[in-house]
Amino acid sequence: MENKLEAKNVNVFYGEFQALNNINMKFKENAVTALIGPSGCGKSTFLRLFNRMNDYVDSFRMEGEILVDGNGIYTKDVLVDELRKGIGMVFQKPNPFPKSIFENVAYGLKIQGIKNKAVLKNKVRKALQQAALWDEVKNDLDKSALELSGGQQQRVCIARALAVEPSIILMDEPTSALDPIATAKVEELIHELKKDYTIIIVTHNMQQASRISDYTAFFYMGDLIEHNKTDIIFTNPEHERTQNYITGRFG
Amino acid sequence: MKKEKIIEGLLKFSALVTILTTVGILYVLLSESISFFSEVSIWEFITDKEWTPLFVNKHFGIMPLVMGTLLTTFIAVAVALPIGITIAIYLSEFAPKRFKKIVKPLLEILAAVPTVVYGFFALMVVTPFLQSFIPGMSGFNSLSAGIVMGIMIIPYVSSLSEDALSAVPKSLRNASYGMGATRLQTAFKVMVPAASSGIIVSVILAFSRAIGETMIVAIAAGQQPRLTINPLVPVETITAYIVQVSLGDVAHGTLEYKTIFAAGITLFIFTFILNNISFYIRKKFKEQYD
Repeated sequence: MENKLEAKNVNVFYGEFQALNNINMKFKENAVTALIGPSGCGKSTFLRLFNRMNDYVDSFRMEGEILVDGNGIYTKDVLVDELRKGIGMVFQKPNPFPKSIFENVAYGLKIQGIKNKAVLKNKVRKALQQAALWDEVKNDLDKSALELSGGQQQRVCIARALAVEPSIILMDEPTSALDPIATAKVEELIHELKKDYTIIIVTHNMQQASRISDYTAFFYMGDLIEHNKTDIIFTNPEHERTQNYITGRFG
Repeated sequence: MKKEKIIEGLLKFSALVTILTTVGILYVLLSESISFFSEVSIWEFITDKEWTPLFVNKHFGIMPLVMGTLLTTFIAVAVALPIGITIAIYLSEFAPKRFKKIVKPLLEILAAVPTVVYGFFALMVVTPFLQSFIPGMSGFNSLSAGIVMGIMIIPYVSSLSEDALSAVPKSLRNASYGMGATRLQTAFKVMVPAASSGIIVSVILAFSRAIGETMIVAIAAGQQPRLTINPLVPVETITAYIVQVSLGDVAHGTLEYKTIFAAGITLFIFTFILNNISFYIRKKFKEQYD
């Protein structure tokens, strides 16, 4: 397996506050990597580096390099919009647009200039199938996405991200607002998706990390404490802090 | 606890005063117009094409005044709508936060300028300026009055639309950016549609403000009731007519005097309908993000 993503000597600051300290990390292709750690440890900030979503945060500043497929994405000649078209993102709270289910999933395609109705229909269908939502909504594609349940909304958001066929998907606590059944569905989905996608998922849920990820990285106070295969992290971690965190002694 | 009771009573009283005022105004409007309509039929009022209550040959057709009102209002909205919405989109989607903080209150000053100043601005500056392009334009006309009124209501559109855009959850903007949409795509494909109810309300309120505007049109649009859509000739709006009669030497209690109440209730119906539409839209779309 290749390294799909890489962080090299990354430091992130919000004004005077340093959110990430000299992070070096590589992500394998077609694998799920979970980022865990207590609130405020920098894992979400780290995730959002890969599609440059921190750019809109006031006083954000970064040093070091982020590589996607071996190319730096914080160099001046990078077109941020183009970069993001190849990297899907799923957010903490389901955030479908106040449009129909179809329009939601077709959004990224339309932005890329695809107008052909047959093509759109096909790709929307495929994305919804991948997101395991097709059977539930195939007769209601014109219904507002806001009328769906929270779990369905989140899968619409996942379908929206998948529709443009990115190679990487970033997930920022995608199940934190969902009930256990919806969570199980999304987890199953992540398991399916890793065949074709490189997935990074931020989660607060230890069981979730151990269930769905191949690799786990533990962050604490802006430091990357430990990064290894998930079963090693959860059975035999190298650091005491990791041990304490995953056993629930703090965090 | 006696104090609380007194304060509570005062609050109730001030709430009642506003309601009673409205009821009082409605009562006067209605009673005077009813006595007007006992002498002039509603049919004549609506269908007659002339409004000459102060002349010897009297006609009581409200349409010329309605037309003058709508003409100046449409010109005003045609000016304020594109400019106001462009400003709103720029401020909420593109401008740096600090710039927005300074510019938004500055824009609102536009609505705080006394309208009599706008009226003279229309008459003394805009009309002569337009006349240099449009030779046949008369000194009083609906075009310059409408344009200046449009400038006045820009902040209604821009401020309220900007509020509506800012009220759209940030998460939608993030979702759009996350899909690789540009700022412009995000603004027009996500933010504006999501804020559309608020934007429509802002336009209706601006519309309703323009319909009720008096000074600008009384000064710059003329005082000649005329059933026309030609923006270059003098017209009279409902409000301007009411001013004209109120200031003139028409005797109280005469039929001529009562015309202003008939005109007033027509105006009231227009703004009442518009305000209700905006209230309905606001209510209907309010739950969307809760």
